[in-house]
Amino acid sequence: MDRLEWSDGNLFPNESTSIQQIGVRIYDGEDKTPFDNGSLLLTSHRLIWKDAKDQTCVLSLPLSLIVFVEEQAGGFSKSPKILAHLSAPMPGKQPGPATSSKNHYIRFSFTQGGMTEFYRCLADELAHRRWEHIPLTSHQPASQKRHVRAAGIVGIERNIQQKHKETDQNISVAFEDLNKLIAKAKDMVTLAKGISSKIKEKQGDITEDETIRLQSYLLSLGVDDPVTRETHGSGQSYYRELAKQIGSMLEQPLRESGGIMTLTDVYCRVNRARGMELLSPEDLISACKLLEVLKLPVRLKSFDSGVQVLQLQSHSEEESIEKTAKLVEENGSLTAEELSTMAGLSVILAKERLLLTEKSGGVCRDESVEGLRFYPNQFLTRKDLYFQLGRTL
Amino acid sequence: MRRRGIGMGAIKNKNLAQARFKDKGSELAEDQLNQMSKQLDVFRTHLEDFAAKHKDDIRKDPQFRKHFQEMCATIGVDPLASGKGFWAEMLGVGDFYYELGVQIVEVCLATSHRNGGLMDLEELRQKLLSTRGKRKQEISIDDLMRAIKKLKVLGNGFTVIPVGGRYLVQSVPGELSMDHTAVLQLAEDTGYVSMSMIRDRLKWGEERSHRAVDYMLKEGLAWVDDQAPQEKHFWFPALFSNLDQE
Repeated sequence: MDRLEWSDGNLFPNESTSIQQIGVRIYDGEDKTPFDNGSLLLTSHRLIWKDAKDQTCVLSLPLSLIVFVEEQAGGFSKSPKILAHLSAPMPGKQPGPATSSKNHYIRFSFTQGGMTEFYRCLADELAHRRWEHIPLTSHQPASQKRHVRAAGIVGIERNIQQKHKETDQNISVAFEDLNKLIAKAKDMVTLAKGISSKIKEKQGDITEDETIRLQSYLLSLGVDDPVTRETHGSGQSYYRELAKQIGSMLEQPLRESGGIMTLTDVYCRVNRARGMELLSPEDLISACKLLEVLKLPVRLKSFDSGVQVLQLQSHSEEESIEKTAKLVEENGSLTAEELSTMAGLSVILAKERLLLTEKSGGVCRDESVEGLRFYPNQFLTRKDLYFQLGRTL
Repeated sequence: MRRRGIGMGAIKNKNLAQARFKDKGSELAEDQLNQMSKQLDVFRTHLEDFAAKHKDDIRKDPQFRKHFQEMCATIGVDPLASGKGFWAEMLGVGDFYYELGVQIVEVCLATSHRNGGLMDLEELRQKLLSTRGKRKQEISIDDLMRAIKKLKVLGNGFTVIPVGGRYLVQSVPGELSMDHTAVLQLAEDTGYVSMSMIRDRLKWGEERSHRAVDYMLKEGLAWVDDQAPQEKHFWFPALFSNLDQE
């Protein structure tokens, strides 16, 4: 155990790696050590063990210290192991986890398999003794090494500064005039995405403001090729194309918002998706009026109150009548309030549905001081009742 | 066998060095974040400038328009930046009021999960001022009214309601409002609600509570008990049968 050295885990320039295995535990002779789960890396010069959790906890063992190695087969509840007999530590050794040990061997236990392959490679390296032919170039005394590290950090800092400067410069050049920005647009998009994703990674989002967040989201759902009067002429053909585009653009958002959306919300969403190609409310409504003619899955609907909405075609009247009648049947009877909670509708819409279902004969009303309640229409469904009624009449 | 320079001291030194590296690491990360935020600001200013200055040129080039919009989306910049100008001021023509309309609806959409689609017009103006960016023109209540008027053709889903000297904007019409359902759910156990119950449990403002309850009174869904101790109770006859069973 006292032959092991602390390491920064970095390889030397002329050191080459051979094989790596995770789930390796180190034994000091027969004794367990705190280094019980890590990856073991074999290089041309060393064995390097790195802790699975604490990446800064790295141990290394020069291959030159290994006298010979043995395989120990695994058994029931016993992992296969490699046993390495070690020679005495060299003078000038780097500090390690133990200053002295009674054992002159350590064992590597392969808890996740891979021992046989690792053993073969290790025996191979030991036979070739590459560490003798290729000396490690930057093997310097400890004091000098620390100095190198410090220079490294300054180097990194300088490097980062340099990058920031470059980015700053790129931005200011690109925004010098419109032509330059057009030429560099793609790079700038990438750059913008890079910056914002880094910021998001570190502090959650680019802004706290909920409106700006929504705006960014709506803008990002943009249409590539907004229908305009310039591209599609004027009159009916323009509105038809516009209707098609609005239909396909809103199908998904409509589904997410319960299948229904006021026209003002539509106005906002459509215009955000179009970016700078602003659409007037008048054009929007003219296009929406064509949705039905074009048999699109999204339709315009006006309520008696004057509220105008777009809704998904799956909200067709027949279907909602059928559904409502079924719900009333299942529950024995329903009020608008109860249907509202059950179907996740507003109270007004729930009432409208019940009235619509009543009109088509799906339900019957019971008006009392407790309000308006709807029951299944048994006049139509129960034959016996029908005949009884017929006889009495 | 004892050797020099190795032992507990060495381990401590090692740990100390590692702690220092960590400090340095987070310092660098902090620095980087600052730099990035600065770049984001520069980006934002440039984009706002370009959106205002080169609107027509940007619209002409479809490929570039797409890229421009993508940048606006990632950085959080509003590409709609028309100025009011003389003609907009005098005749209300031009894109300014249409654009303002989009922005108004957007603020309402973003906040409706909190206020149920009911907002004071002045609060709306303040929000718009902060989201439109610093470089844009001042907007007045009158501007907002004009912009909202242009939305009128889209139906009664978006309305301005005068309430005692100030204005409320309603962006979620009754047909789409789940407020009534929420009040009913609140009343499920007791059969009634009071203003203080709505305020404490649903965390609604006074206007919002009143609008919900008033509507249900008007529709006959709720009955009012003026003689209840302390404050009015609003009873829901539809829930009476639930109470009987208990």
